[in-house]
Amino acid sequence: MSTYSDPPSGSFQLSMLVNDTRYRSYTFQFIALLFLVLGMAYLGWNLVQNLAAAGLDISYQFLGEPAGYDINQTLIPYTSQSTHWQASMVGVLNTLLVAFLGCIMATILGVVVGVLRLSNNWIVRQLMSIYVEIFRNVPVLIWILIIMAVFIAVLPQPRDFRGDSPEASMVLNSFAFTGRGFYAPAPIFGAGSSVVIAAFLASIAGIFAFKNYAKKALYDRGQIIPTLWPSIGLFFVPAIIAYFIMGRPITLEYPELTGFNFQGGIFMRNSLIALWFALSIYTAAFIAENVRAGILAVSKGQTEAAASLGLRPNRIMNLVVLPQALRVIIPPLISQYLNLTKNSSLAIAVGYMDLTGTLGGITLNQTGRAIEAILLLMLFYLTISLLISAFMNVYNNSVKLKER
Amino acid sequence: MSDTHAQSVAFVRDTMIPEQSPPATEAGAIKWVRDNLFSGWLNSILTILSLYFIYLIVTNAYPWFANGIWNTSSLAECREMLDGMTGACFSVLTERWNQLLFGFQYPTDAYWRPTLAFVLLIVALVPVLYPKAPRQMLIFTALFPFIGYWLIWGGTLLTPLVVLAGFGAGYLAFKRFERQSFAMGMFAGLAATIVVIWAGMILPNLMPGFLALEVVESRNLGGFMLNMILGTVCVSLSLPFGIVLALGRQSSMPIIKWICIIFIEFIRGVPLITLLFVANVVLAYFFPPGSNIDLVLRVIIMITAFASAYIAEVIRGGLAALPRGQYEAADSLGLDYAQSMRLIILPQALKISIPGIVNVAVGLFKDTTLVAIISMFDLVGMIRGPILASTEWNGVYWELWGFAVFVFFIVCFSISKYSQWLERQLATDHR
Repeated sequence: MSTYSDPPSGSFQLSMLVNDTRYRSYTFQFIALLFLVLGMAYLGWNLVQNLAAAGLDISYQFLGEPAGYDINQTLIPYTSQSTHWQASMVGVLNTLLVAFLGCIMATILGVVVGVLRLSNNWIVRQLMSIYVEIFRNVPVLIWILIIMAVFIAVLPQPRDFRGDSPEASMVLNSFAFTGRGFYAPAPIFGAGSSVVIAAFLASIAGIFAFKNYAKKALYDRGQIIPTLWPSIGLFFVPAIIAYFIMGRPITLEYPELTGFNFQGGIFMRNSLIALWFALSIYTAAFIAENVRAGILAVSKGQTEAAASLGLRPNRIMNLVVLPQALRVIIPPLISQYLNLTKNSSLAIAVGYMDLTGTLGGITLNQTGRAIEAILLLMLFYLTISLLISAFMNVYNNSVKLKER
Repeated sequence: MSDTHAQSVAFVRDTMIPEQSPPATEAGAIKWVRDNLFSGWLNSILTILSLYFIYLIVTNAYPWFANGIWNTSSLAECREMLDGMTGACFSVLTERWNQLLFGFQYPTDAYWRPTLAFVLLIVALVPVLYPKAPRQMLIFTALFPFIGYWLIWGGTLLTPLVVLAGFGAGYLAFKRFERQSFAMGMFAGLAATIVVIWAGMILPNLMPGFLALEVVESRNLGGFMLNMILGTVCVSLSLPFGIVLALGRQSSMPIIKWICIIFIEFIRGVPLITLLFVANVVLAYFFPPGSNIDLVLRVIIMITAFASAYIAEVIRGGLAALPRGQYEAADSLGLDYAQSMRLIILPQALKISIPGIVNVAVGLFKDTTLVAIISMFDLVGMIRGPILASTEWNGVYWELWGFAVFVFFIVCFSISKYSQWLERQLATDHR
């Protein structure tokens, strides 16, 4: 709003607080602030009264007390004697685990579906749009519950693996898919395995260095150095050589059927798998739409211009279309990641112990510290969101079109 | 040409050859199939895979549907009738139909009330959704919230009537003081509304029997009805709040701007489920001691706050997308802030925001299922709790979840199709 100021005429009058544009905004802000403070004070007063009536106080001491409940899927050591704080940390890691797995799978699935929706194959196009429409238009909670129900109903129980002619058998003798969860071999790092890991990490750093070198060669001298096969070679060869030189220090521990359940190996509980799959396929439907929009946003003229410069189709894709499409795709992609992370709080519906299940669930119910627990819970999610949006702002600024 | 070379050329055609039809492989269905399904080896593989996938689905789903049993009273009975065949027990839907729609505690003899409210809701929505419908119908739309409240919750008709009178008084006061300034009108309207409602609330207490329906407690609401109530109430309440928040965030007054920014970013940063936890266990602490605000109302408050933050962001996008010239033109006409917003800026900004608002509305409607987690019995809560846990229907996953998917898909998909239609209707640019 443009503001104009009349020459001051006469002395200050009270009506000028509302009618004079020089003072009006201060009046309004003062009133707003007053209402805010009064409202806060009213709510705070109610809170104090209610807490006093219930004989409660605000205290975070419960975080140091023993939790007294078990968590069936943990990434860090945890027993029922650990504190509520440690239970919350288990929850935080479980949230991050399912969010991380979900983001990866959702991206892969979403990109594939988004590209296939633009395919010139009619039937594939139709199938993919049916997938996108069905998954976008049904609540994610329903998908989580459906996939959980399907896992329990369709997959065999561990007891079905027993006996001479079992109803179910392990895949490749190392993976077991049961209604209780998935079992996979776990790596055991023996002496000297650190060398293998170091070699592997070094080769990954080498791949990046090599790519940078190739890029520099392209920009400086116009020399094209193929990167695909050398990168693949770098990825596998040094680690494998180190593995054999050190005398195979890394072995696999296979899950074994003992009694009524599997022992050993990596165990992913069915609730984690169900949540992971459901979040992935739900978010993938949204990502597919973003990918499709991003590719469509690059005008056909760009492709034609690149072709008329004599670029080959894969170079057109890599050098012209993708860099422009990614600028459109990545911001909504990141906000989809954020949505996925927030939706992972629905874990509580299938009993996966993420932060909402530990801190906001059992801890809250056991200690009755509702206000404290929910405040912490919100702070955690708020921190993640703010971090992600800060990252997004940095990215947006770096890819912004440099306008002259 | 033909004159000069008439002798050297053996044959010159002097009539047109009649048009030939294209070769069979380059026309009609065959050409379409070749272009769209088998244009290369990759496409052919994809086509065959897709066809196989469709074949699998159809062969598995068809007998399941075709053998479906619709009229038994328990799963065991249904399995008996199926006699080992593949088939669905749709009878869970017919037997528990009322529970799925209204929850398991709504009085059985009052089912006509939410049904009637739903029909009236559709009538009330017509003038909102179709710009060409007669404008007089908007009067009914304005009355509908009060009728709907009375029908679903029951009690005396006087309660909604007093509230209606309050809003009427507020409107009159607003009109009376609007000439002085918009802000003045708003304050006068608010004050009149509050005074009339506060004073008028004696009436329902005096005559509790006046046109009274049987009272239904909020905790007895359930089923898909609860999803519909939460969805419609929260979306319609969050629109005005969202507009105010968006304008506040665009404001040049720093204090108001920062209040709005903090509110919006806080709400958008936390998952809805934590806000529902707040509604469930924390919010009651913030009400005056002794007041008894029921859970549905607390949930409505939190979901509305949630939705208005998202709608505010959508509308802010619309406001930012308007060309600067529109703001300047409004200023140069001498309109004040309220006038320029109401007459120039908001109509255009809201039109741009329609797709985003509809997205938020669809997302919000889907998110109403989350109340199942704080043990309210909406559609998902009903399926998860009383139906799947009952001895008669323990284990009927596919039919029930299929029904839930179907219902939500129909509603959400038609909303998004409607918004695309509306966008085309409102498009004023020439493309």
